[in-house]
Amino acid sequence: MSVSQRPLSPHLQVYSWHLTMALSILHRMTGVFLSFGAVALVIVLVSMASGADAYSCIHDALTHPIGLLFLFAWTFALYFHMANGVRHLVWDAGLGLGKKVASSSGWYVLAFAVLATAASWLSMVMGVLV
Amino acid sequence: MAQFNLPANSIVKKGKEFPAPAGATNVKRFKVYRYDPDSGSNPRVDTYDVDLDTCGPMVLDALIKIKNEIDPTLTFRRSCREGICGSCSMNIDGGNTLACIKAISDVKGDVKVYPLPHMEVVKDLVPDLTNFYAQYASVKPWMQSDTPPPPDRERLQSKEDREQLEGLEECILCACCSTSCPSYWWNSDRYLGPAALLSAYRWIADSRDEATGERLDELEDPFKLYRCHTIMNCTNSCPKGLNPAKAITEIKKLIVKRKN
Repeated sequence: MSVSQRPLSPHLQVYSWHLTMALSILHRMTGVFLSFGAVALVIVLVSMASGADAYSCIHDALTHPIGLLFLFAWTFALYFHMANGVRHLVWDAGLGLGKKVASSSGWYVLAFAVLATAASWLSMVMGVLV
Repeated sequence: MAQFNLPANSIVKKGKEFPAPAGATNVKRFKVYRYDPDSGSNPRVDTYDVDLDTCGPMVLDALIKIKNEIDPTLTFRRSCREGICGSCSMNIDGGNTLACIKAISDVKGDVKVYPLPHMEVVKDLVPDLTNFYAQYASVKPWMQSDTPPPPDRERLQSKEDREQLEGLEECILCACCSTSCPSYWWNSDRYLGPAALLSAYRWIADSRDEATGERLDELEDPFKLYRCHTIMNCTNSCPKGLNPAKAITEIKKLIVKRKN
């Protein structure tokens, strides 16, 4: 029997998720998502430069529930990616790499991202209401 | 591009069931990955109900009991049964560890036992470690020195210099860390993995070794070293409590430092 016919043992299928592992892939996903947001930002700027009709069209799209969901997710991605980026910088300095610290810093980053997103949107909604 | 699902010949099928002997009251269910290279069929998961009243406390005790009393075809590596040889590394309850120091009582529900993840399986719980050992050899895990040793004694080291090797020289090469690392899963052909990198740093950090520059030259590579993204699975899984992620970061720091 040739070696190449050997089966590959299960990996993602059996490995249980740690927080550090989940946040690592979330960091990458939010990074990709932020680049979509950057494109959206450019579209908004171009529409502004193109006049009122173009802008109101983009404005309608972004205030549509799906547009709002996109903006909400973008806000979260921004806060999470930023805070987790700082976590990576600390790691690169050789600090916070212990088993417990690496996990608790993950919870802090996640909590910051959730709270900052909520605070931003609350202040915006309140602002609109007031 | 990483392939996240298993190839067709690797998909795990349902296997046989071996019920507990009549009268057993303290039964634990073990679900064990099986692959028979002679059968030509896919891997399967066999279910063994083990009477814990007549079994030792560790997962390895249960595997040995299964092999001795229930199913002699079950194949796995083991030797010291006390966490020093690194032979019985496997994936238990979703994490990589040594079966001999993993208590059965630490596992809630059924005990799921798989080979080390994303490795070619030779048989049952025995993965092919050829590439893993070749990567270890590639970091030249021995002392390199142009200075001859003193004629009347060994090469001595201060206590402080020796302390630099704490947490590095204890590695038993069980491969739990490397095979827990998603980067290693997707790039094990080019990324050295946490175990080999920890060993590389063990010699970089050794005051008697004089090949630090060459060692760093060898490691400064987008794949060999920099596929580490600090996912931390290595450190979380190490059954000896070592910290490969920290060792890898120290290598990266040294490479940055010497550029200034």
